[in-house]
Amino acid sequence: MEVILDFERPIVELEGRIAETKRLAEQTGLDISDSLSALEERLERLKHDIYQNLSPWQRVQLARHPSRPYSLDYIHAICEDFIELHGDRCAGDDKAIVGGIGRIGVHTAILIGQQKGRDTKSRQYRNFGMPNPEGYRKALRLMKLAERLRKPVITFIDTPGAYPGTHAEEFGQAEAIARNLYEMAQLRVPILVFIIGEGASGGALGIGVGDKIYMLENTWYSVISPESCASILWRSWEYKEKAAEALHLSATDNLKLGTIDEILPEPLGGAHKNPTAVFRLVREKILQDLPPLLSIAPEELVPLRLEKYSKMGRWREKTASP
Amino acid sequence: MTWYLRKEEGIRTSPTEKIGAPDGLWVKCPSCSKPLHIKELMQSQYVCPHCSYHFPIGSKEYFRFLFENGEHTVLFEEIEPIDALGFVDSKPYPQRLAEAQKKTGLSEAVRCAVGPIGSHTVAVAVMDFGFIGGSMGSVVGERIARTIRYAAEHTLPLLIISRSGGARMMEGSLSLVQMAKTAAWLAQYAKTGLPYISVLTDPTMGGVTASFAMLGDINIAEPKALIGFAGPRVIREATGKDLPPGFQEAEFQLDHGFVDLIVDRRELKNTLLRLWDMLCSR
Repeated sequence: MEVILDFERPIVELEGRIAETKRLAEQTGLDISDSLSALEERLERLKHDIYQNLSPWQRVQLARHPSRPYSLDYIHAICEDFIELHGDRCAGDDKAIVGGIGRIGVHTAILIGQQKGRDTKSRQYRNFGMPNPEGYRKALRLMKLAERLRKPVITFIDTPGAYPGTHAEEFGQAEAIARNLYEMAQLRVPILVFIIGEGASGGALGIGVGDKIYMLENTWYSVISPESCASILWRSWEYKEKAAEALHLSATDNLKLGTIDEILPEPLGGAHKNPTAVFRLVREKILQDLPPLLSIAPEELVPLRLEKYSKMGRWREKTASP
Repeated sequence: MTWYLRKEEGIRTSPTEKIGAPDGLWVKCPSCSKPLHIKELMQSQYVCPHCSYHFPIGSKEYFRFLFENGEHTVLFEEIEPIDALGFVDSKPYPQRLAEAQKKTGLSEAVRCAVGPIGSHTVAVAVMDFGFIGGSMGSVVGERIARTIRYAAEHTLPLLIISRSGGARMMEGSLSLVQMAKTAAWLAQYAKTGLPYISVLTDPTMGGVTASFAMLGDINIAEPKALIGFAGPRVIREATGKDLPPGFQEAEFQLDHGFVDLIVDRRELKNTLLRLWDMLCSR
């Protein structure tokens, strides 16, 4: 069943009216093409008005839309061939992070992504896209494999956060994420990062350090989810909309803050309205941006990445007094 | 018959609620309730001589007992916080910063310095929990990154003492990416062949644990320090289960393989010197 978000109701209502009008016209045989085209024009305007003026919280809702394409949807759509690989060679195989080898045009790449499920059962199987340490360690194993085989890494970010569980703490969630940041910073092959849904905190960053960071238009990326932020700073989840605004978590905000490189536009209403178009765009981006990165020697690539992250952040620097 | 019955034995303020080092002449140990003179406490590196309770302390206290005669040069104080997002919750972020600065006398949640410890010159960064929960925003990330870089460029051993609730919410994704920045500089530092020692104190959580604090060549924890990624309350909410006693404490981290040593603060300097003597002899 199609999930309709609150702010989308006026669109759905108008679509219903148009359908009803069409049905009546068919029944009666009356020519109502004038009023119909007026209604359709109104619909287009309405869609633009709503989708192009989304509040940060509404974008968060779109980023979590259950019909949105997930990592494996992207991977299967953009690769001519893909073989999934499993396990961290240490403790297990986390289902919230998937990865494997794929071919995209002339390129072979290691693709890694956080994976959510579509129904109750698969959502549980994927742990709602919340990885355990095994997931980060599997991702790291695959990245080191990419480095050894001299293949680029492409990651897809879509997580409400690293899983806050007892097992995760016992197996070193913090260490696993920290280790990935450390290794990704010096990986000798190009890394492209696509934020395709939710980019929550260290759980996202754990597979999110790269040479190019892209954010789809209706996704969010921040240090904490708006709900958790609201419950800490406002002491109630009720303030999640306020928190979403305060956090500046949208793609446009992140581009301004310099934490990402590029925004990829989505079809009106979100990626799920026309997934094929989104897959095509992502594939084109990869085919366009990989060759220049692949032509940079590893000895130059790693310092460039370091430079990129060194610039991130905002502070004031008093000129040293003589 | 007493006038009233105390319902709970040994009521104690959790270390995370207590903010800076104790001031005043006499303090009561929150663990064993014995009165301690401040001088006695300072001489024991703010560890209760009776029950070994570690009082939470900050950069000022660590600098004083680690550096020879407290002698050090403070680095990167010129890097100051700004309100990049225009963040307002119960109060505007600039006001929160100003209040934290006034209360602590510090400019931010980390202080960096270089100075002599034993026969070694060491680059040191110490976090201050009293400054917005020791949280890491742009300035903490930048100062730590520059300290790492300074240590690499001057071929000095590196010491970071962490005490933090995690990444700072008021700077959004700018705080988040500091995790990547500090980790990236540590990867550079590794080329020096010198050790990075990370000391994790009570508490070290979230994005700080999940970046530079867990990346020590040697990870040292103070006894009983709470160390983890997610906070106990969040885990309880997510799992619906009570947590076992000692969960996420230093001893738990040692047993699970994430810290090398638990060192009593009174032994910290000596332990560091033994390590540096073995690892940094040229």
